[in-house]
Amino acid sequence: MKRLLPNLLRLAVLVILIAFLLQPMLFEPLLKPLVQANAPAVYNQGSLLSLTLSHLATVFTATLAATIVAVGLAILVTRPIGAEFLPLSRSLVNIGQTFPPVAVLALAVPAVGFGEKPTLIALFLYGLLPIFENAMTGLSTLPPAIVEAARGTGMTAWQRLIKVELPLALPVILAGIRLSVTISLATATIGSTVAAKTLGEVIIAGLQSNNLAFVLQGGLVVAVLAVLIYDAFSAVERVLSRRAGRV
Amino acid sequence: MRFRIDKLGVVIAALLAYGAFLAPFANFRANRIVPGEARSIIEALPAGLGAAFLAFAVVAVVLIVAKTPTLFRLVLGLVALLALAILIGLAAGHLTPPENTYARVSPASGFWLTSFAFALVTTDALARLKLSPLARVALLAAVAAAAAALLMSGVWDGLSILKEYGSRAETFWLEASRHVVLALGSLAAAVLVGLPLGILCHRVEALRAGVLNVLNIIQTIPSIALFGLLIAPLGWIALNVPGAAAIGIRGIGAAPAFVALFLYSLLPVVANTVVGLAGVPRDANDAARGIGMTDRQRLFGVELPLAFPVILTGIRIVLVQNIGLATIAALIGGGGFGVFVFQGIGQTAMDLVLLGAVPTVALAFAAAIVLDAATELSSNKPGRAA
Repeated sequence: MKRLLPNLLRLAVLVILIAFLLQPMLFEPLLKPLVQANAPAVYNQGSLLSLTLSHLATVFTATLAATIVAVGLAILVTRPIGAEFLPLSRSLVNIGQTFPPVAVLALAVPAVGFGEKPTLIALFLYGLLPIFENAMTGLSTLPPAIVEAARGTGMTAWQRLIKVELPLALPVILAGIRLSVTISLATATIGSTVAAKTLGEVIIAGLQSNNLAFVLQGGLVVAVLAVLIYDAFSAVERVLSRRAGRV
Repeated sequence: MRFRIDKLGVVIAALLAYGAFLAPFANFRANRIVPGEARSIIEALPAGLGAAFLAFAVVAVVLIVAKTPTLFRLVLGLVALLALAILIGLAAGHLTPPENTYARVSPASGFWLTSFAFALVTTDALARLKLSPLARVALLAAVAAAAAALLMSGVWDGLSILKEYGSRAETFWLEASRHVVLALGSLAAAVLVGLPLGILCHRVEALRAGVLNVLNIIQTIPSIALFGLLIAPLGWIALNVPGAAAIGIRGIGAAPAFVALFLYSLLPVVANTVVGLAGVPRDANDAARGIGMTDRQRLFGVELPLAFPVILTGIRIVLVQNIGLATIAALIGGGGFGVFVFQGIGQTAMDLVLLGAVPTVALAFAAAIVLDAATELSSNKPGRAA
């Protein structure tokens, strides 16, 4: 069991994270040295747990939408019927990535108002590229022998897609989703500049009141979530690619 | 010639038709804060011009739906975008009552959708034409020159975003230079440190996983938190290291922003250097050794030139990312275009947000095009097989 030690470490980090979110006051002595004598050391303007949950919900919703659109688009442009859309979708998804998240957030505000929506739009746009690129790679680099065999057994195009192509491409697509989620987890904090309920609220409160402990706890919770989710995705990918025989 | 339908064209034409005929072209506000009133293209433009543009839009819809030659579509898209750019300026002049300095005119959804439709036509044509890298840069320069000419000519002076600019022209250029210095300076520092670090990681395998893991973890820290966390250590350095404060190191302001951008930039530079060096064909290295090159000669004469395109890709990622992230520096007093964006969000003055966001997007976009072209040029050098 070579993976035992890192897994134990991950478990320990997860336990500490959950403990911090449920009982943040337990950690007060650790954070106290970072603030001036009478300033609060633990975020006190709301529940850390509910901010974390709404942070995760925002990222999840945006990534889900980005996955559906990006994988759908990749399926469309890799079929003969959608080949005409390939050059444009490629450039568009690339251009989407050059838009700075702050700019997207700010520009989305007049259209949809303050709150969660502009954040969702920015995260959605940002999440598209990695998923689309990977889905394209996964769907266009299938082993030709297998695709031929599927055709030979008389499968329809739809059956081939569902039963052969997508399962084979799944590990690569998941790698794209993993990248997209990791970027989104960090980017979502910026959403709090337009009043989205995310962990960015804790960080911004810290910046505004010059409270280092707030900045640290907000930043660390996001970073730990990102590392754990990244590792979880990697583990699922390993299992899937072993099954798909890609390794 | 048979009339054939372009599937993509149908989608774009639908967008164009909606934008031109159904959505409002411009927004009129009595002052900069109140909500706007929509104006259709006929109302927004002086006599006949609006109708003329709508007639042009009808022709364009037909031309876009039909399978027309790619070069023709490119020209159509570019001409239409130029026309729209001039028309929106004219609309601003036409809608603003004379002698009224409070009224604001800004583009509305119809203008944006129509422009977006023609931008799609242009982008699609460009992607299909597969222009050479130099041609793409030349086109970028031409577009930038056209935009500069429009700015200089005063056509756009009536638009709300330029009115915001007018009242803070000096600050604008100050923040612009700060933004560029932050983005480029941290990139330069990251290359200076990251390149040798990448070479070291390539040579010393024991170091590789450790360094890359640390850099990976830095990437997961949200930017606003990293900016904030650097305030304390830099403040301490400014107080306790002689001379540090004199060269501008302070707890808040540009210094923590610079360090944060530098830290974010390291991973792509180091990782791409390692990947690039690892991808150097073994034959090339063996041949270099065979002709008696020293390690140093091999590094500079063989390995780095061969790894260069991959390293350049890393630099492109960093530059585009830094131009975007530098906007966040404004939150900790580091300046840059973010100043206008956050001020605008605070005052709910969207023209001010645009004044910060539009140049940022334009810069990031231009940087991506130029560096993509450079990467392509460097990997197409004669004699390189892969």
